[in-house]
Amino acid sequence: MGDYILLIVSCIFVNNILLMQYLGNCPFLGVSKRMETATGMAMAVIFVLVMAGAITWIVNTLLLRPFGLEYLRTLAFILVIASLVQLVEMFLRKSIPALYAGLGIFLPLITTNCAVMGVCLINIKEEYGFVQALIASFSYAVGFGLALILFAGVRERILLARVPKPLQDTSIGLVTAGMISLAFFAFKGMV
Amino acid sequence: MAKTVVQEFTKGLWAEIPPFRLVLGLCPTLAVTKGVENGIGMGIATTFVLVCSNILISMLRNIIPKRVRIACYIVVIATFVTVVELVMQAFAYPLFLKLGIFIPLIVVNCIVLGRAEAFAAKNGVLASFADGLGIGVGFTLSLTALSIVREVLGNGTFYDIPVFGPSFEPFSFMIQAPGAFVCLGLMLCVMNMLGKK
Repeated sequence: MGDYILLIVSCIFVNNILLMQYLGNCPFLGVSKRMETATGMAMAVIFVLVMAGAITWIVNTLLLRPFGLEYLRTLAFILVIASLVQLVEMFLRKSIPALYAGLGIFLPLITTNCAVMGVCLINIKEEYGFVQALIASFSYAVGFGLALILFAGVRERILLARVPKPLQDTSIGLVTAGMISLAFFAFKGMV
Repeated sequence: MAKTVVQEFTKGLWAEIPPFRLVLGLCPTLAVTKGVENGIGMGIATTFVLVCSNILISMLRNIIPKRVRIACYIVVIATFVTVVELVMQAFAYPLFLKLGIFIPLIVVNCIVLGRAEAFAAKNGVLASFADGLGIGVGFTLSLTALSIVREVLGNGTFYDIPVFGPSFEPFSFMIQAPGAFVCLGLMLCVMNMLGKK
């Protein structure tokens, strides 16, 4: 049990996927201008990442490894993720329209979110078991959401500040992200 | 015709240089630029994938059905990434270990898919080749520039050769995660200052 708590803390804070492992930065800068879009993206990532983490683990363990096809991992994983995103989108549109309206445009974007692919690859690289992989995927996704929402909050404030012209938009966004990342640095060495 | 091909190539070097002008592909940019060697290696790998996928997608652009095009592009890109992965494992194993999961992650590098969708799907093979090469070289240059700044300041070395005297205290903030964000942000600011006259 203690191991699992340690894993959760390490995935959310210490090895935060956005700020420490530099994965998923394109949506991080792209959708963080408004709080609502940031929340939508965070929810969509949590949803897809848990499923992708579980399915890619199964694919890798039951399909690729026994047949010695590990060199096809990249191809297999990206296909799993792409079709999963499509499937989730179709399923939500039919059965939970409210959720679909909320996540809507963010779902297709997740296919090229490297956080999803990255976590699937980390799960394999760290040789996690199934339950561990599931917990790690969920915690990484929560960490992603946490960082994204924090960042969106700061960014909404920056809109009110007077920023020098060359620093505007992405530039100040990156510097801000650096500061938030510095704050997350305090967690280093905790686990 | 020859002139436009040159133009397609040169626009990737300044006017649309990633990741500064096209804000895409930030993850590898931030992650691998701890050292010059990593930066250049990543740049070359991405360029190869970009050029090959651009050529193939432009050749197939009339065959691929519109509705499933993204999936087709991804399969093409993933194939070339697998090629890079295997080649690097065979001939540049230390670099392969250093870059780690960021090699398979070229698949989800938005630059590659972005060029496929925005350029190769609409233009001829030669123009797509020039576009891929230009953007790829531009990306390599950006990565190299960023990694020079970070390695020299953060580690006091250039390509693992010490550049300052022994009394130099490395500014280790630069090679850590926060330094990556701040450094890229400031470089973008400098680019904006130079670009806007």
